[in-house]
Amino acid sequence: MNATGGSVTGIGAPVRRKEDFRFVTGNGRYTADIGRPGQVHLHFLRSTHAHARIVRIQAGHASRMPGVLAVITGADLAGDKLGPLVCGWMIHSTDGTPMKMAPHPALPADTVRYVGEPVVAVIAETPEQARDAAEAVVIDYEELPAVVDPAAAQREGAPQIHEVAPRNTIFHWQLGDAAAVDSAFARAASVTSLDIVNNRLVPNAIEPRGALAEFDPGSDSYTLWNTSQNPHVARLVLSAFVGVAPEHRLRVVAPDVGGGFGSKIFIYAEEVVALAAARRVRRPVRWICDRSEAFVADAHGRDHVTNAQLAFDRDGKILGLRVKTIANLGAYMSTFSSSVPTYLYATLLSGQYAIPAIHCSVDAVYTNTVPVDAYRGAGRPEATYVIERLMEVSARRLGVDPAELRRKNFVQKFPHQTPVIMSYDCGDYAASLDKALALADWAGFAARKRESETRGKLRGIGLSAYIEACGIAPSQAVGSLGAGVGLWESAEVRVNPTGSVEVLTGSHSHGQGHETTFAQLVSGRLGIPLDAVSIVHGDTDKVQFGMGTYGSRSGAVGMSAIVKALDKVEAKAKKVAAHLLEAAETDIVFENGTFTVAGTDKAATFGEVALNAYLAHKFAGADLEPGLKEGAFYDPVNFTFPAGTHVCEVEIDPDTGRVAVARFTAVDDFGVVINPMIVEGQVHGGIAQGIGQALMEQAVYDEGGQLVTGSYNDYVMPRAMDFPPLVVDTTVTPCPSNPLGMKGCGEAGAIAAPAAVMNAVTDALGTEDVPMPANQLAVWRVLQRQPRQAAE
Amino acid sequence: MYEFTYHRASGLRQATNLLTKFEDAKPIAGGQSLLPMMKFRLASPSNLVDLNKIEGLNGIELTSRALIIGAMARHAEVHTSPLVQQGIPALAALAGLIGDPAVRHRGTIGGSLANNDPTADYPAAALALGATIVTTKRKIAADEFFAGLFETVLEPDELITKVSFPLAKRAAYQKFRNPASRYAIVGVFVAKRPSEVRVAVTGAGSSGAFRLTAFEEALKSRFHPKSLEGLTVPAEGLASDIHASAEYRAHLIGVMARRAVAAANG
Repeated sequence: MNATGGSVTGIGAPVRRKEDFRFVTGNGRYTADIGRPGQVHLHFLRSTHAHARIVRIQAGHASRMPGVLAVITGADLAGDKLGPLVCGWMIHSTDGTPMKMAPHPALPADTVRYVGEPVVAVIAETPEQARDAAEAVVIDYEELPAVVDPAAAQREGAPQIHEVAPRNTIFHWQLGDAAAVDSAFARAASVTSLDIVNNRLVPNAIEPRGALAEFDPGSDSYTLWNTSQNPHVARLVLSAFVGVAPEHRLRVVAPDVGGGFGSKIFIYAEEVVALAAARRVRRPVRWICDRSEAFVADAHGRDHVTNAQLAFDRDGKILGLRVKTIANLGAYMSTFSSSVPTYLYATLLSGQYAIPAIHCSVDAVYTNTVPVDAYRGAGRPEATYVIERLMEVSARRLGVDPAELRRKNFVQKFPHQTPVIMSYDCGDYAASLDKALALADWAGFAARKRESETRGKLRGIGLSAYIEACGIAPSQAVGSLGAGVGLWESAEVRVNPTGSVEVLTGSHSHGQGHETTFAQLVSGRLGIPLDAVSIVHGDTDKVQFGMGTYGSRSGAVGMSAIVKALDKVEAKAKKVAAHLLEAAETDIVFENGTFTVAGTDKAATFGEVALNAYLAHKFAGADLEPGLKEGAFYDPVNFTFPAGTHVCEVEIDPDTGRVAVARFTAVDDFGVVINPMIVEGQVHGGIAQGIGQALMEQAVYDEGGQLVTGSYNDYVMPRAMDFPPLVVDTTVTPCPSNPLGMKGCGEAGAIAAPAAVMNAVTDALGTEDVPMPANQLAVWRVLQRQPRQAAE
Repeated sequence: MYEFTYHRASGLRQATNLLTKFEDAKPIAGGQSLLPMMKFRLASPSNLVDLNKIEGLNGIELTSRALIIGAMARHAEVHTSPLVQQGIPALAALAGLIGDPAVRHRGTIGGSLANNDPTADYPAAALALGATIVTTKRKIAADEFFAGLFETVLEPDELITKVSFPLAKRAAYQKFRNPASRYAIVGVFVAKRPSEVRVAVTGAGSSGAFRLTAFEEALKSRFHPKSLEGLTVPAEGLASDIHASAEYRAHLIGVMARRAVAAANG
């Protein structure tokens, strides 16, 4: 009995995304589309100063303007007894002291610390009225000196941003064995040292953030619709830390969400203020971020300053790696900011290589800039950039082929314990390297370079053999490292009497295609059509709990939870089938959507069994519970380790400094792939962001703390025309750590690409001293330093 | 956007009367610069006079000596017009480099010239081709028309009706884009006319588009990229921002000028 049409579509099928018809026909339902009766609009007046004391806020006139319902300041909110925003991952400094987490009120009471910090909230009948009134609010500031550069922030005499953090240092943390590294360097035949800046990025999801908060006085409860990647975590934090309402009286709904890249994981001031405002004005309060506002309202990414050194023996084998990083966390500690430059970064510095000794020290600092937190890849792009730039530079210095230097140092045996916590469970790094070199026609590069030279162009090629850790994460492990939450996932499989299935998942889809891939798992497993499966996510009233989607975890963790629930469904269904077919439960076989009695022709379809589970006519209640619905929590046993090789080829116009990506090849090992088409799309998007970081994107602050790149007039967003056709392929070593053998694919491109591009650019230019992004001005300046024949 | 009063003018006289009547009134043609500024609340005219319903302002005409383009001709029309492609192909090509398809289908040549954005493309063409800007009051030579950043000699109640471009023997435009906004960091328009060579630069000047007389002189004797070798442009006075220093712009002017001359020579 099939509830709907369609056919069985299981794992491995490149089926089109079920959700896309809704999106491309304008029938998606985003936070801005919700609309509640009587809703009013919230506008934030934001700080124009990077650092200033609030002397006085004059809001009297604004509060009397047409349509205005409330003007809320930090002092007003303090009266609501709401807790501060918190960072949920505790990091301890080398000396054992806890990180210096400064108070982060939703609206500041006395001091602003970055341009764009929300200061005053105005609620009015229309968005324009709210904006008009916000313009009429007068804030007297007393300017304070500001600091935006992370290294400068630690210097003696730098402006101190928070009382709790002398020298603006949040923590001084380290991982690895410093003595072992010292000893490795002492006996090294050669050492490569590199100074690296990993540029600050603005996330730029296509849908800006938003919140719609409603308070129901009758039940003293709230509903918040928002653009969250993890609505349950948002509810937990808003309840347990901010204290908006107890969890059972706060519903968080993240409907369709248009991209996140990490920036929608975090719990921000705007949601808190919207909830508080909804209670005050007793009307639903709606805040939709505009595009310009998003540049300062969304947490930024990256922003590391690093010195890294790699020691080799005489044979080109790596002896040790030493890394010192200063990580800019901005003006306040965002929700997971502390984990990004520590356990998501230093733990991946071993790359694909057997490195006997690694030591990494990280200073996290406050600056007068937008808070920095996880952004696609989160720590892993920074780690890959360090080790893959070092490998390429080392190969050039040692005069060996960069592919061969990597091959010589690859991890060969699994499991492999690195010196920085991670235990790699499987992989075949030579396989992806070989395939990438072949697809990229590595051997033909010299001829292409000569051809470019005939046109007066400089051509370069670069590799990036990356590894990442996905499927975060075993809860016990991350708990021991300071995480404030467990990182399991939940699922519930509800089989309807007519045989259709609803899957409730704690994962959240905001572009990943879960409605298709998760349904493929169920369709293949139960032998029912793809259209007979619907995926329910993003509503704390429907899904009991979940940890959400980030860190390429939804397949490896979220789908594993569904597998566990499906196991239970199948076990229960076999009991029902045994009664229905009048056979022993042990004789029931389930294959291709049909239950059969072994050795007989007696059979029942999945739909017939589902119906009988609910009819309950064939078994006694004392023997078996009616119904067919099972839930499961899945806690991963390890991280997963996607890895692969990306190859970039660039052509540079020496007259202008313009870099064009001529060819780009990616070979990734994601383990078992559920939907190759969706995976390819994920890789394309990641590479676009990675090339964007390498050649275009950069958040620039001036010395006074103004964000110079505060719009698309100055922040360079990559466009389709900036990319050549991408050559994308895979190798497969099934992951042994989860039931489906999956690893995760969402971030690989953003992690691998920057190093590949910069290795190609530096190859073309013949110098390692090229800043990222290697935009046309930066490259032209490099060329100006090099005397050369003018090309015409 | 702040509130404003909208007026739809049905004729030029009505339009100029409205502009005279309201002190801070603004004419709106394609609106591709003005409307974004209003949305950002950086422009707040109390009255907008819409020129889109005025008839007879968007024709394109080719005579034996000049190409005459109505002020309300959209960039897309100029780009695809067989008359423009025949008369001054470089101008048709330039129009196709402006903005994106949405901008090109709304934005107008008159609006672009009157706005005089220092990174706009049309001012370089007008200067290099020696265009004449025809208004409701007079005819103005392009050399006399532009008056600094976002400034022209137009009076508040004066509207451009058409632009006359004398046909050039050879012409070409080379645009080097700002990677973010995709406006010109440097755009160079070169035109070889019967009596002179003109070279005009947009995007680089700190007070708008300008002519490069040293390059013009060098090209007059021989219209060839080699004639520009060794010539440099002083960085002093050029615009400087995070995307291009004045030195980089000065360098790019030379590169784009040589490429434009090469392109004009086919």
